[in-house]
Amino acid sequence: MAGIALDGKVPAGALGEKWSRHRFDVTLVNPANKRHYSVIVVGSGLAGASAAASLAELGYEVSCFCIQDSPRRAHSIAAQGGINAAKNYPNDGDSVYRLFYDTIKGGDYRSREANVYRLAEVSNAIIDQCVAQGVPFAREYSGLLANRSFGGAQVSRTFYARGQTGQQLLLGAYSALSRQIGLGAVTMHPRHEMLELVVIDGVARGIVTRDLVTGRLHSHAADAVVLATGGYGNLYYLSTNAMASNVTATWRAHKRGALFANPCFVQIHPTCIPVSGAHQSKLTLMSESLRNDGRVWVPRTQGDTRAPAGIPEAERNYYLEERYPAFGNLVPRDVASRAAKEVCDRGYGVGATGQAVYLDLRDAIDRVGRTAVEQKYGNLFQMYEQITGEDAYQTPMRIYPAVHYTMGGLWVDYNLMSTVPGLFVLGEANFSDHGANRLGASALMQGLADGYFVLPATIGSYLAEGARAPAGTDHAAFRAAEQDAEQRSRRLLEVSGNQPVDHFHRELGRIMWDRCGMSRNADGLREAAARIPELRERFWREVNVPGSGGDLNQPLERAGRVADFLEFAEVVIQDALARNESCGSHFREEHQSEDNEALRNDADYAYVAAWEHRGVGEPAVLHREPLEFEEVHPTVRSYK
Amino acid sequence: MTLHLEIWRQPGPEAGGGFVSYEMDDAVPDMSFLELLDVLNERLERAGEEPVAFEHDCREGICGSCGFLINGRAHGPLRGVTACQLHLRHFEDGERIVLEPWRARAFPVVKDLVVDRSAFDRVIQAGGFVSVNTGSAPEANALPVPRADSDRAMDAAACIGCGACVASCKNAAAMLFAGAKVTQLALLPQGAPERRRRAAAMVEAMDAAGFGNCTNERECEGDCPKDITFANIARLNREYLAAKLTR
Repeated sequence: MAGIALDGKVPAGALGEKWSRHRFDVTLVNPANKRHYSVIVVGSGLAGASAAASLAELGYEVSCFCIQDSPRRAHSIAAQGGINAAKNYPNDGDSVYRLFYDTIKGGDYRSREANVYRLAEVSNAIIDQCVAQGVPFAREYSGLLANRSFGGAQVSRTFYARGQTGQQLLLGAYSALSRQIGLGAVTMHPRHEMLELVVIDGVARGIVTRDLVTGRLHSHAADAVVLATGGYGNLYYLSTNAMASNVTATWRAHKRGALFANPCFVQIHPTCIPVSGAHQSKLTLMSESLRNDGRVWVPRTQGDTRAPAGIPEAERNYYLEERYPAFGNLVPRDVASRAAKEVCDRGYGVGATGQAVYLDLRDAIDRVGRTAVEQKYGNLFQMYEQITGEDAYQTPMRIYPAVHYTMGGLWVDYNLMSTVPGLFVLGEANFSDHGANRLGASALMQGLADGYFVLPATIGSYLAEGARAPAGTDHAAFRAAEQDAEQRSRRLLEVSGNQPVDHFHRELGRIMWDRCGMSRNADGLREAAARIPELRERFWREVNVPGSGGDLNQPLERAGRVADFLEFAEVVIQDALARNESCGSHFREEHQSEDNEALRNDADYAYVAAWEHRGVGEPAVLHREPLEFEEVHPTVRSYK
Repeated sequence: MTLHLEIWRQPGPEAGGGFVSYEMDDAVPDMSFLELLDVLNERLERAGEEPVAFEHDCREGICGSCGFLINGRAHGPLRGVTACQLHLRHFEDGERIVLEPWRARAFPVVKDLVVDRSAFDRVIQAGGFVSVNTGSAPEANALPVPRADSDRAMDAAACIGCGACVASCKNAAAMLFAGAKVTQLALLPQGAPERRRRAAAMVEAMDAAGFGNCTNERECEGDCPKDITFANIARLNREYLAAKLTR
């Protein structure tokens, strides 16, 4: 693939007309012919479920796969805060253009203009669709939809369903998918994990899955494969991601030729419940909507162990309000996270570990009363109490940043097709739209935009234009892929060492968090790069995966995913090392201003870094897609 | 703290099962219940034994994956809490705790504490949706919905499909689960055109899946981690009756 030119396939024309022109230009598939085309959708979260349902409604023959026992459980369900759209219902100056502008600026100018504009453009139709499905968004007494401002936006454009927006949107997409399953238009395969992408003559033609209950491997052939398998935040072991979230599907596709873009762009969310001990299995997010009313502070004295209530106003450092007077507690996630790390690193952190800051709703409770605060955030306070045993109405919450979302993912063009023809990638699994930092309430928007509106419009061109010879599961490539998958499982079972899988996952997470986390430097990254191959080797020598491959074997599932993380980690580090600038979530300590703000380098790094796999342990090869800004002019992202 | 666990172990759907005792002397009050099982499983894996299979994913009480009977109560002793959000500080040092999978004909055991809940999916596939294709939706604010209706729809929509209601019911009825969906969509104008057909189809699918019927004992409401109320069952009955009478 040397010398591969990355063509983003951005349509010609003015920014505001690209998408409608493109929809006119794409080749349509005759309605009667759609049933002759089969599409595999891997993943059943917002992107996967919405895509599977919408493609089936159009008449394609769809099969959908998920690792959970039901498509309703995908990790999209855990999103709390909301979904953005440019409806401008509050009449506060929002527009498609402003949503586009905020998103591309929030991403620190590391995303493709045309993609982001399209995202803003289809945002309104998503809300219409969800309401029609019966998603119970919050409403005003007028009966009309309510909005709130969220995560760094200065307009109120976020639609929400209490603190459970992701759940309600996913259940909406799940209901649409269920309807198509009931109609026989989608064949659903729950408890199936994709272990291989099958590529024939350079084109994606199917997948190999493992039935997680029987252990059996199955080949599935189709005219196109869609990956909507989410992000790779669990690379860090502790994250807000669900336990089963993993990189396996995208990594295996990467090894078969799909380039991986911007893997070092990992979002660290500022408002999570801090780690309490060594037994910690995951971290819990406190919706950042709390930052609308909560004030973030630490004591002005280092190592101040007084109870927060006993610390007088003058001795509290509301560091976000002081440092960023214009945005205050509502600065974007990357800025808020880094500021928390800084004050804690300087010894001002609170709680038993000193790795926490206060998020205080006292003033809001005084201003609007406890009942009003309860109505808005009741479920969050309840969750906080369940986990910490503390009542946040009486004492401020303690929060600390945690890995939350991955902006990086498989490289896709404007049609959401990867560098492997016939392989499409949606939602968090692709790299598009959020650049180096994602704004709050934009993940749900992107997942549903990709699945409901973008892919159904773009996949037809690929299916209609490519004249491909039929390739069934009897093709030798399927046998070979099955053998690869089978062999890997067998190898994992045969190591018979004495360490459980999590032992290695935890160690990998610690390396990545310390060296390739909220801030990075070349020395630390090089050290991490040296330790990963050593850890991987130890894993393959010492891991113990009990049981057999012939039934439900949860350690075997985890082992396969951790083995992939141990390979994937290297390209994340390589990407972080190669990007000699600070942008968005990627903060390189060598590149900061005197007052510790990120220094972006547009002259040398205004590109998408897309990596080509050259073998495990071999350095990946970098391909660059230059980012051209015709509409906006990249400026220093200032929230002061 | 020390806890004595009695855990139902069953190698597969066809195999017999039984309780196995485990002593946990390294439990910590700040641990969640699932983290306690993690610690146990790491110990078993280290010893080359098969760990206890249990379902879990988000560990934030929203995905509905986790759940088993803890001392006979679905998700354990606390109201409104899933097993993943149940922390050990609610147990006494030295306590004996019995863990069993959901017991219901419609939820066959897959392994240990894991059961097959696909019957729930089939109930939704039968009618738990609004028949609207992508792209055909009207402007979102074209149809105002009284806030009280919308709020009550949201109360019902909070169901996470975990199966606790079935597990706590002596008849293994799924009426709280189905009632929640029927209620959500019947309260909203978007769901109104199909409300009769929906209720009839979902009840039929429940029967076909082998769930029992409600005999008004409200165990489901008591064990529901999302506080879905019994009123949802009343609404399901009303909708079903109306469907049958107006057919």
